[in-house]
Amino acid sequence: MSNERILKTTRQGKPGQGAGDRNLDWYIDKAVQVLVLIAGISAIVFIIGIFTFITKEGISFIFESSYRISAYTIGTLEEKEFPEELLEELEILEGETYVDAAELIIAMEETIGKEATDQYKGLIIEHSVHEPFKVMDFFFSTRWKPTSEWKPTYGAFALIIGTASVTGLAMIVAIPFSLGAAIYIGEFATGKTREALKVLVEMLAAIPSVVWGFIGLSIMNPLIIKAFDVPIGLNVLNAGVILGLMAAPIMATIAEDALKAVPDRYREAAEAMGATRWQVIFKVVLPAAKKGLLAAILLGLGRGFGETMAVLMATGHAINLPTSIFDSVRALTATIAAELGETAVGSDHYRALFTLGIFLFVVTFVINLTADLVVRGVKKG
Amino acid sequence: MVNTNKPSVKLKVSNLSINYGEASALRDVNLDVYENEIFGIIGPANSGKTSFLKTINRMDIFTPGMKVVGDIIFNGTSLDQWRNVYALRSRIGVVFPLPVGLPLTIYENVALAPRLAGVKNRTELDIIVERCLTRAALWDEVKDRLDSLGSMLSGGQQQRLTIARALSQEPDLLMLDEFSIAVDPVTTMRIEDVLKELKHEMTIILVTNLVQQAYRLADRTAFFLMGDCVEMGNTEDLFSGNVQDERTRDYIEGRFG
Ligand SMILES: Nc1ncnc2c1ncn2[C@@H]1O[C@H](COP(=O)(O)OP(=O)(O)O)[C@@H](O)[C@H]1O
Ligand SMILES: [Mg+2]
Repeated sequence: MSNERILKTTRQGKPGQGAGDRNLDWYIDKAVQVLVLIAGISAIVFIIGIFTFITKEGISFIFESSYRISAYTIGTLEEKEFPEELLEELEILEGETYVDAAELIIAMEETIGKEATDQYKGLIIEHSVHEPFKVMDFFFSTRWKPTSEWKPTYGAFALIIGTASVTGLAMIVAIPFSLGAAIYIGEFATGKTREALKVLVEMLAAIPSVVWGFIGLSIMNPLIIKAFDVPIGLNVLNAGVILGLMAAPIMATIAEDALKAVPDRYREAAEAMGATRWQVIFKVVLPAAKKGLLAAILLGLGRGFGETMAVLMATGHAINLPTSIFDSVRALTATIAAELGETAVGSDHYRALFTLGIFLFVVTFVINLTADLVVRGVKKG
Repeated sequence: MVNTNKPSVKLKVSNLSINYGEASALRDVNLDVYENEIFGIIGPANSGKTSFLKTINRMDIFTPGMKVVGDIIFNGTSLDQWRNVYALRSRIGVVFPLPVGLPLTIYENVALAPRLAGVKNRTELDIIVERCLTRAALWDEVKDRLDSLGSMLSGGQQQRLTIARALSQEPDLLMLDEFSIAVDPVTTMRIEDVLKELKHEMTIILVTNLVQQAYRLADRTAFFLMGDCVEMGNTEDLFSGNVQDERTRDYIEGRFG
């Protein structure tokens, strides 16, 4: 408002100054440029900052081996007839993590004394938990037991499969729904119906994910139990459907934009050739909009993959390799959300959760980047 | 080759009026288009020329508010009795003012209509594509890149692609609506030559904003002005000043429009 007024007065006032003079417009222009630049740079800085933080916390888990006296260590030492009084002292160290053997030895010296350390350090180190991060285990072991007293393990395979199965089912649900809605709204509905539907879809897109989770828990759950006669209704099916319905509106909105970007003269030209409405849509409109449609699907995929609350509530949150859609699973995101608050900063468990975070970040990044490349048409379809 | 005896009527338009809501776009038009002639329609902008073409292939049904009264007989059958509007449209090729290269490959642009008509055999399609592109005077320019996008061609090439696509329908009637608006003069001349050839095989309605184009091509010409068909007759007569209405002479001589 005030800008407008200022602009007007400068335009009308004080004519006849030298052509090179800087007036208020010039300064406003410069100021806006600087502001936009700052906003843009800070966005980039934020993203890099977040990435650095997650990486910093998680990466040490991947690359450093850690040494820890665990219940497993104590138990094993007990069997090996390790002196009992030393064992009691050693128990103080239980749960502590050391980045290398040297640090563990220093800690030992402080608790059980130099002599005992020299005598037993080989035995202790041998039975301490000091596995370096194993990529194969992380990706292919299904044993996610970070809080095990005996021997914690961090196999994310079941979580990855959990997320993948739920997201996959969600896409199977969401793609036909969203494309169908987009085609109906974009190609068939006219006038008021069309506007009303668009508003409705946008409203659906704005439903918070916890509400969807609630629907999963309290509506879908009993429904699935009744309909399929299964003991539990919180499973891949429930979460997949919930997530699909959740992703569909936003996918439909983007897909509809893609259809709208197809010029009417294409439709007219095809219609003039005698193509029916469906032929026009399938032979001309959809091929012309395919990049935008693919982007809509990929964005929906990214959304589903990163969704947390609804999957936490609807999957059953049980670590499990699903063999059918009626099995409960657990998602990567839900695991982080549920467990991070209860871990000690810097502990193995804490760092393992950040490793999950890095994995999520990378996958989401790849999905979004692909969507972006598709939209820009770098990838020829 | 022009039929000198009693010509047969391809399209008979009687008492045709077109309205958009309350606004009248065309009033009480009566005209016959003969088999194998080029029928020219001239007239300034907003005279109802495009609306006229739209009613012939029944594109009016998708235009909200467009109302058509009157009778159009195509191939001896009234349009009202054409039970399948898609079949009707597939008999009529249309070329729009701005070239519309569909966002498909050059090949698929031309193969689309035959595909819709059920042709699946690849060799058969190859033959159709080559023949239509050749007849539209485009084959030599694109034969090495049939798989690149039709919408990437130049304006003039796209317009010839549009003509090739229209020909692939094997139409009885070809309607061109100010085809040269976005086309360079050289391409315009090439397309005009193509049309002169095509008229031996089909009937052509040529709406044009260029009076001289009608003179060069049309056997007979109608003059539309503000929704009225003011004049209709042999092109020779119209252009030699043999007119019923003074406004026709004024328009042809470039005094307005
Ligand atoms: N879709 C439409 N809705 C409303 N009025 C239209 C529409 N199309 C054309 N008209 C009107 O009909 C009249 C004739 O237009 P048109 O047939 O396009 O003429 P021409 O092709 O001779 O320029 C014009 O007054 C125009 O404004
Ligand atoms: Mg027009």
